[in-house]
Amino acid sequence: MSRYWKRNQLRLAPWLFLAPGLAMFAVYVIIPIFQSLSISFYDWDGLGEAVYIGTDNYVELIDDEAFYISLKNNVIWLALYLLAVPAGLFIAIFLNQTVRGIRIYKSLFFFPFVISQVVVGLMFSWFYAPDFGLFYKLIELITGQGIAILAEEDYVTYGIIVAGLWPQIAYVMILYLTGLNNVAPDQVEAARLDGAKGWKMLWYVILPQLRPATFIAVVVTVIGALRSFDLVSIMTDGGPWGSSRVLSFYMYEQALSEYGFRMGYGAAIAVVLFAIMMVFISGFIWKMWRDETER
Amino acid sequence: MFPRPIQQTSLTAQWMYKLALPVALILWLLPLLGVAMTSVRPAMDLAQGNYFGIPSSFAFENYLDVFRNSDIGSYMLNSFKVTIPTVIGAVALSTMTGFALGIYKFRSNLLVFFLFVAGNFVPFQILMVPVRDLTLDLGMYNTWYGLALFHIAFQTGFCTLFMRNFIKALPFELIEAARVEGVAEWRIFWYIVLPLMRPAIAALSVLIFTFIWNDFFWATVLTTSKETQPITAGLSSLNGQWVAAWHLVSAGSIIAALPPVLMFFLMQKHFIAGLTLGAVK
Repeated sequence: MSRYWKRNQLRLAPWLFLAPGLAMFAVYVIIPIFQSLSISFYDWDGLGEAVYIGTDNYVELIDDEAFYISLKNNVIWLALYLLAVPAGLFIAIFLNQTVRGIRIYKSLFFFPFVISQVVVGLMFSWFYAPDFGLFYKLIELITGQGIAILAEEDYVTYGIIVAGLWPQIAYVMILYLTGLNNVAPDQVEAARLDGAKGWKMLWYVILPQLRPATFIAVVVTVIGALRSFDLVSIMTDGGPWGSSRVLSFYMYEQALSEYGFRMGYGAAIAVVLFAIMMVFISGFIWKMWRDETER
Repeated sequence: MFPRPIQQTSLTAQWMYKLALPVALILWLLPLLGVAMTSVRPAMDLAQGNYFGIPSSFAFENYLDVFRNSDIGSYMLNSFKVTIPTVIGAVALSTMTGFALGIYKFRSNLLVFFLFVAGNFVPFQILMVPVRDLTLDLGMYNTWYGLALFHIAFQTGFCTLFMRNFIKALPFELIEAARVEGVAEWRIFWYIVLPLMRPAIAALSVLIFTFIWNDFFWATVLTTSKETQPITAGLSSLNGQWVAAWHLVSAGSIIAALPPVLMFFLMQKHFIAGLTLGAVK
């Protein structure tokens, strides 16, 4: 035994170190993905017998208006959430100075990211609250007629996205602040001597050096947009009349809320969301893989 | 340095900048300031429509009220019960997985690594039904440890990514030298690599603490009663009870936000180091 161990130690050791973590990850993450795929072909209330119904759940999705509303909202989320990237860059550039107290300013600007989305949601609900909310008052002051953002089908999703952007911009900002901190000063000086400034400097000299930060910013923003659940649940619970649902929320509603326990149908929605995410995840992984193997 | 240091510009521009900073900050934190103000407003003010004027008095008793008349204390305790074991568990597991993937060269190394990375990005909903089922089967549904166990497993993905990249940047000669000396692999892990990982462990602990404290989705999926629910889920149901009692909602929100905020300010350096890993090459 001990001789075998001595000879094969280097080959066995990594797997022994991996075993506990990999086992946990497999049980709670990898295997459930396949189980969900399989459940999506069943009609199941979570307790009784699961009945195999083939692709019926997916066929039902095609005619489900609520599904399309959720899908549309997800697209809006994704498109608008990406605004966090330029906005975060803008704030980072604004704060990248060395004046007194700037460190405190940086941490306070970062503050929203540390707070739970539940609290962010409550803060913005208060902000938007009809009759007395700060935002409502502001609109009333400007247009003479306040808008209860969270009660209007046409505005509600945008109102929630703004709440989501708040912490997300803070996150992107801190990524770019770190990036800006590491921009090569000699290159900036050289470009300055060549007469580059403002937008040109930013576009041709600074942004290429910020590429790693931009990559991470885009990754976390895309994932964040598609994962949006907390804010929808806290601020509107999907309403009014389901108009602010997103796929992640609609799935939860179908599978676990008072609307019933349709595990199979919920799983089918989750599979669609997973497929959408997989497009992005594959892209990220592909790029990371390239970076790894090139090194 | 980009942009050009403000010190090199005209005096007016410098003054403008110094003025713009606090104004921008106040605008940025407006929702937060509003809630903080509301949390110390007496209920009477709100009833009379005094939402933004000067509070008639500072009602710190709102906070006492929240603690006395709601279960917020036990929700907070539950949050700690879930969060602390998760931090310990996920960090412990990922020091090992990170070590395995960062030090050893074997054929499926990258494959396993990207399995962790990809798993870390999947939508929660694809895991929801099976994980809830599994937790039920294990008899851990609606317990803090059932929730913590899932969190440990899921966070291991992100932590492995982090630890592996950190270990990869350590000087490999150290390990080679130890191997030449005939040091056993587990001793290399324990006595050589682990002490060098302290900054990574600190950074991850703060990050995971914040992530788990702030988790809402899994808290609603895996716990249901006030004896087990963490503060995020608790706050959500309290919000339902305190309809329009904004002074209480605000005070509750501030209390719920406090631990991660304290963590952030106390461990700021580690927190940001963890969050921005990979943002620079």
